[in-house]
Amino acid sequence: MGKHKLILLMLVSVVTNVAWADTQLNLTKGVTAVSRDVYDLHMLVLYICTVIGILVFGIMFWSIIFHRKSKGAKPADFHESTKVEILWTAIPIVLLIAMAIPATKTLIAMEDNENSDVTIQITGSQWKWHYKYFDQDIEYYSVLSTPREQYQNQQQTSVVKDENYLLEVDKPLVIPTNKKVRFLITSDDVIHSWWVPAFAIKQDANPGFINEAWTRVDEPGTYRGQCAELCGKDHGFMPIVVEVKSPEDYDIWLTEQQQRIAQAANAEQASLSSSMSKEELMQLGETTYTAYCSACHQITGLGLPPAFPALKGSAIATGTIKDHIDIVINGKAGTGMQAYGKQLTLKEIAAVVTYERNAWGNNTGDLVQSADVKAVSGEQ
Amino acid sequence: MTTDTLNNTSTADIEVAVNQGDNSGNHDHKMTGIKRWLYTTNHKDIGTLYLWFAFIMLLTGGALAMVIRAELFQPGLQLVEPDFFNQLTTVHGLVMVFGAIMPAFTGFANWMLPMMLGAPDMALPRMNNWSFWILPFAFAILLGSFFMESGAPNFGWTFYAPLSTTYSNGSTAFFGFAVHIMGISSIMGAINIVVTIMNMRAPGMTYMKMPLFVWTFFITAYLLIVVMPVLAGVVTMILTDTYFGTSFFDAAGGGDPVMFQHIFWFFGHPEVYIMILPAFGIISTTIPAFSRKKLFGYSSMVYATSSIALLSFLVWAHHMFTTGMPLFGELFFMYCTMLIAVPTGVKIFNWVATMWRGSLSFETPMLFSIAFVILFTIGGFSGLMLAMTPVDFQYHDTYFVVAHFHYVLVTGSLFSLYAGAYFWLPKWTGHMYNDTLSKWHFWCSLISVNLLFFPMHFLGLAGMPRRIPDYALQFADFNKWVSIGGFAFGLSQLIFLAVVIKCIRGGEKALAKPWDGAVGLEWTVASPAPYHTFSAPPSQQDIDKQHEN
Amino acid sequence: MSSDTNSAKSNKNNTLANNNTTVKKLLLVVLAMFGFGFLLVPLYDVFCDITGLNGKTSNTAASYNTTGIDSSRTVKVQFITRNAKGIPWQFEPVINEINVHPGEMKVVSFYAKNNASYDITGQAVPSVSPGLAANYFHKIECFCFTQQPLTAGSDVEMGLQFYVDIELPSDINTLTLSYTLYDISEKSS
Repeated sequence: MGKHKLILLMLVSVVTNVAWADTQLNLTKGVTAVSRDVYDLHMLVLYICTVIGILVFGIMFWSIIFHRKSKGAKPADFHESTKVEILWTAIPIVLLIAMAIPATKTLIAMEDNENSDVTIQITGSQWKWHYKYFDQDIEYYSVLSTPREQYQNQQQTSVVKDENYLLEVDKPLVIPTNKKVRFLITSDDVIHSWWVPAFAIKQDANPGFINEAWTRVDEPGTYRGQCAELCGKDHGFMPIVVEVKSPEDYDIWLTEQQQRIAQAANAEQASLSSSMSKEELMQLGETTYTAYCSACHQITGLGLPPAFPALKGSAIATGTIKDHIDIVINGKAGTGMQAYGKQLTLKEIAAVVTYERNAWGNNTGDLVQSADVKAVSGEQ
Repeated sequence: MTTDTLNNTSTADIEVAVNQGDNSGNHDHKMTGIKRWLYTTNHKDIGTLYLWFAFIMLLTGGALAMVIRAELFQPGLQLVEPDFFNQLTTVHGLVMVFGAIMPAFTGFANWMLPMMLGAPDMALPRMNNWSFWILPFAFAILLGSFFMESGAPNFGWTFYAPLSTTYSNGSTAFFGFAVHIMGISSIMGAINIVVTIMNMRAPGMTYMKMPLFVWTFFITAYLLIVVMPVLAGVVTMILTDTYFGTSFFDAAGGGDPVMFQHIFWFFGHPEVYIMILPAFGIISTTIPAFSRKKLFGYSSMVYATSSIALLSFLVWAHHMFTTGMPLFGELFFMYCTMLIAVPTGVKIFNWVATMWRGSLSFETPMLFSIAFVILFTIGGFSGLMLAMTPVDFQYHDTYFVVAHFHYVLVTGSLFSLYAGAYFWLPKWTGHMYNDTLSKWHFWCSLISVNLLFFPMHFLGLAGMPRRIPDYALQFADFNKWVSIGGFAFGLSQLIFLAVVIKCIRGGEKALAKPWDGAVGLEWTVASPAPYHTFSAPPSQQDIDKQHEN
Repeated sequence: MSSDTNSAKSNKNNTLANNNTTVKKLLLVVLAMFGFGFLLVPLYDVFCDITGLNGKTSNTAASYNTTGIDSSRTVKVQFITRNAKGIPWQFEPVINEINVHPGEMKVVSFYAKNNASYDITGQAVPSVSPGLAANYFHKIECFCFTQQPLTAGSDVEMGLQFYVDIELPSDINTLTLSYTLYDISEKSS
């Protein structure tokens, strides 16, 4: 009795679990004409399969129930019939043609990349996305913004996870509604795949090659997706967020971005003439390190050898300052070490280099200022 | 009673209890202890070795899967680091495909083909020994890489370049050598099967009188011989790209990473059928036996199997719809893939027609066979959905795909292996298996496997990508249930281990033909099958009987 | 059993001989298929040339050979660039976009500067989208045909001379040419 009650209780808790209320069971309809076509196609095939399934399994269960030996069933001795064989070859072919026609139509629509209004170059890079607006000066990296302590919970800390846990980024891609937006997709390193379910776009980012996709979104909103091709260690941590704004808001956003770029350039200029204290450098350095470097080199500075070497006591972090700055700015070919020259400000690079040279017992005592970084990076 | 006289005696009359005491044990040429197994060239011994090896690998791969499911039990990184997670998924895939499913089928081929064909042994017994004994070394290298500085391969069992070349963690060499050895083993096994079927058939055993089981292995072996060398080629290219500076797949040197996928899937798609066609063979044996009715449409089954094998060479790019193919390419591969549904459907309809108006009983092999037909069909349905290019853009690389291929490979291939194992265990061991335990094994597996894989469809549709160590909160509920299903399914397989061990040690003595509906030459010899069978070929009467039923 | 030992023996010999021939044939198939794996590499290139799969363009110079200029049509050609990991060059098209008539020859240039403190040899890898257009995009002269060595701090303006084939399918009105820049110093030295 007790056992039954327990099972019943479990079943009830499954059915009534509040969390199920917003659990998605089916494919999203999405917010574009194409994504709705895809959804309809999905439902069409699903229904056809269900009907076939009910028929075939129904006949099978009829046999199982009524043609049992224990009920005294005697086996019939038919074992072939050309008529029947032809019939159940022909019927599936007809059904397949019925499915292939709408599929072909949708596919042709999806592959029509002509006459776009906005073009955006998307580059996958271990493990973030880079967006560049064609014909604009706007380009930026889009990085996971969920704090590390929310997912690194081996210590069973009770950090509450955000609503958009692992599906939030610092700078989302912004596109206008009702405009044909064309994406040119490529990669810096390995193969990634740019996927936004609400647009029904999934397109591989192949290093050295470009792929195209397009969308025309009806409704403003925020749409989320993830990288869909195994791209190494942090494949699960490179989400995609697209903010769709009305054309007016989109123009405002563009202007804001231009202004921000101008301001950033001024700030860079200003940081050249100022010098920061060790405390300031170490503090900014630690923040920057945690956000950009610790995925590979780890918070402890011990890295994950051999792919990601330790910084603690390393030849570079305790060697000449110039080489250290150089590898941060320019990266190292043939390894996972990226060029951060375009991703970080002079101030951040100065801070992170200072931090790496003084943390984890690398007590070189060196202080690096923006001007030092500028000297190495030259005209950049 | 000597082996020879026994073979010449028709034992179709199952009322005659066979005293198999003298036959099972010692034979002149049999060595003892470990040497027997190391030096054996006997097809039954090698079959046994393959089957045990496959089961050990199934448990190994299952253990890896259970760590994966434990990590995915709830959001956040609890147990393993993302990089180690990738190593787990990679090695899980390789172990299950090359270590569990494929060797298990080779084990069945070794045990059953000579007996079904009325042949004394496999055609190439020494190569047979060799092809088995290199396998443990391959997996020692693969699994050993977990303990190397580099770690195990972490680029997925599909080892897409450049993740497996320029950006590899240094495990590419271990991976490459292990896969090369597995490939050589498979090729040798396949050559042996083809030669045995072509040359060792008993006089009077024409091709169209062979059991369908033999046909499916025949076709599978041909597939293996054709595609495994292509795998060896692409692995070699990966190795030279990584270590010798070639640029097959490196854009910087004029190569193309997408070409890797074309060559890999040219092997990879036939490989999928290599893992399912023998399952069709087993099911086509068990369902007629327990329906007490001849297999419906024998010749159409042969043609359907052959057309599936041929079509498998024309559909490889359906794994690559998102790589950016031109429209006509996408359309061509979509139509070809959809076409595969036709011969596959014919097979399923034939099985159902075999059951129709039969005289059904539900011994454990039949239970697994029925579950196979239903669940494999579900896997087939999701396969049809995946074939539709526009919708595949949504399904591709999500848990929907994971659900699809696990339905086909676990409730498909693995369930057929269980059906076959229960069906022939009496012949192999001379004892009946423990019926109650076997039913427990079936029902526990059936319930847990659906809890494990069915919700994955929903996860995939809702947008959860595969191969991720952590996931967004909306996927949390299903993942919890999937993990529970995973643990339950894993543990259920230990029941099978218990059944087999009990069955080897003792149990009710099995008759030469314990299943009244079974046909086939293997049932004309004693249980357990004597160490040497069909030293003299079976009579024409027996051969006709197994076909005419 | 012993009555037909001889015939059994000859049967056995026959079987062994048959086995050997079958094994040899199958081993030939294995070898052929291993070779075929490698043959797929050039075959793939041929296949790409014919179909424009993946937007691979020819990596040898074309000659200007057109039957005329179709001034009734205008095709937009866009240029984008991207640096692969670890090459600290500034690399960008001087103009982002140009309108051409099919058959008309154009020259555009790309700017590259080596920002590193050491010499680097770069190699630009072209890719055209839509892939089908790759066959209709003819480069008469391109910096991507050769490696580009740049000493530390130096810069260069590199030319691309091209024309779009007059046969370009009428549904293609926009053509995007992308260059990915790789550091091949190690391989070239």
